[in-house]
Amino acid sequence: MATNEELKERIEAGIPGATAEVSGDGHHFEAVVAATQFTGLSRIAQHRLVYDVFGDELGGRIHALSLQTKVQ
Amino acid sequence: MSDETTNPLRDAIRQAIDENAVILFMKGTPEQPMCGFSARTAGALQTLDTPFAAVDILPDPRIRQELSALSNWPTIPQLFVNGELVGGADIVAEMYESGELAQLLGAEQPGEAPTEAPAAAPREGAPLPVENRLGS
Repeated sequence: MATNEELKERIEAGIPGATAEVSGDGHHFEAVVAATQFTGLSRIAQHRLVYDVFGDELGGRIHALSLQTKVQ
Repeated sequence: MSDETTNPLRDAIRQAIDENAVILFMKGTPEQPMCGFSARTAGALQTLDTPFAAVDILPDPRIRQELSALSNWPTIPQLFVNGELVGGADIVAEMYESGELAQLLGAEQPGEAPTEAPAAAPREGAPLPVENRLGS
């Protein structure tokens, strides 16, 4: 089962310099991610950066990841 | 997936996106959503009284596969306006709350902000059964 800590670490590793706060129940997660890389990107592009960290696991092992992105 | 030359399902999805100014790919239907994220997203559109086409992706898992391959977006729901992916449930909710969604759709932001529309909200856009185009 995926943990909040795992998701946080993977987001922060996948987007260097980002900070992530993750809460969830092992299947459904909510993440607030702040990163300088989001600067100038549309919301779509910001969310894609985070989704790309998890690839096929979204919808599978990670059933749902609710996202809020912020420019750091 | 099947081959490089033809992909009728992907073509049908692309055509549906091109032909409908506002189209929502969701789990279930606006009247009977099968997932909370899809329900909220359809509800936001209904609250704005925007006609939209809706495609239920559940009847055939290939719809979701092809849609995500086309849009480069992993999750459902997905809202397209004028051929462009606007986002999934989180982005649509954020844009609804900020008034950006009403602006994008040329709709009027309701004074109150209920997160879910009444189930009986009338819609002009008929659901578009993409899966029915797969028969041939």
